[in-house]
Amino acid sequence: MKIAISAEGTELTDKMDTRFGRAGGFIIYDTESGKADYIDNKQNLESAQGAGIQSAKTVIDAGAEALITGNVGPKAFTALNSSKIDIYLFNGGTINDAIAAFKDGKLEKSSDANVEGHW
Amino acid sequence: MEIAVASGKGGTGKTTVSLSLATYYRDKGFKVALLDCDVEEPNANLFLNAELTEKVECKILLPKVDDSLCTGCGKCDELCEYSAIVLIKGKPLVLPEMCHSCGGCALICPEKAITEIERAIGVIEKGEKDGIKFAGGRLNIGEVLSPPLIGDVKENYPDADIRILDSPPGTSCPVIESVKHADFLILVAEPTPFGLNDLKLAAGMGEALGLPSAVVINKGGDNDRMIKEFCESVGLPVIESIPDNRTVAEKYSRGDCVSIIRENYSDKLEKITEHIRLSSRGQR
Repeated sequence: MKIAISAEGTELTDKMDTRFGRAGGFIIYDTESGKADYIDNKQNLESAQGAGIQSAKTVIDAGAEALITGNVGPKAFTALNSSKIDIYLFNGGTINDAIAAFKDGKLEKSSDANVEGHW
Repeated sequence: MEIAVASGKGGTGKTTVSLSLATYYRDKGFKVALLDCDVEEPNANLFLNAELTEKVECKILLPKVDDSLCTGCGKCDELCEYSAIVLIKGKPLVLPEMCHSCGGCALICPEKAITEIERAIGVIEKGEKDGIKFAGGRLNIGEVLSPPLIGDVKENYPDADIRILDSPPGTSCPVIESVKHADFLILVAEPTPFGLNDLKLAAGMGEALGLPSAVVINKGGDNDRMIKEFCESVGLPVIESIPDNRTVAEKYSRGDCVSIIRENYSDKLEKITEHIRLSSRGQR
């Protein structure tokens, strides 16, 4: 399966971005092949409103079935939930750390937004 | 004539000045309407105490998608600036709180799969007290989009001689919706560093909107100088300074922010209204 990780950089050794809507980009990691692709999120990073919704769309369109990020707001959650994307919260560490924690079953599924929306 | 009372910073005395002016004009024989545009924290009627005889819901339009007609073309998603309707896996998802009710998605949909439905976002309360007509908005809890409700509040009492708009604090969309068509903008300023900072923002807003504006200092005293220096530097008139006075504050805390100002500072109110009369949009 493909998982999306909010990322500060393009490599697996880069740090995770704890923001979702305004993450610098996303690593789409395929757990079967170990292949990783990077999607830039600069456009949403700079958008005035609806960044979480658009980032959710980006992740969904990339074919991810799960997301690992630091924080998710209510509107992004609604959008992700509409596509049944599982959301896992992980704070701090590299993208490799996040993937390892996910594979080891150390991450818990988030059943709700964990931060307030921004207006 | 429409007089908007705004401030930038909260708590500088917008409602105090609004009510003082309303009673002053009323006493001069004008038909006065007081419109509380601070729909997120309405407080004018806490002081006016008008019996609320009418409540009307404020409704905005929201898209509704008929999935049986939608082909997933995504034109609605492309159009919407606010991501209120997004195409996810070929299906439009509506995020109601993002919607600004422009109706564009319904217009652009080639399959006519989108219709607009109504959604209540707040109420407008109306009443009258001692010859002052009152209307104020009250935004429903959890709602974030106040301008449509403010617009509805402002539709009341168009025939009043004097319409006083008690605006929300800040300089963002709700304030602009409140003040944009006013004939005169009063900025109530407080002589503190915060007050000055936010006055600068509010003065910039007034200028950008092309509104004839002037400043009334409230809780004034020795520090008025900082407000006056700024105003002089940008050519903004300072009409009056209502002194910082403990008795006013005590009265305010008991729900009477007007009588003492009306009694003790009627010369100041006269000067303010005279300035407005000579400088408002209609006069220039």
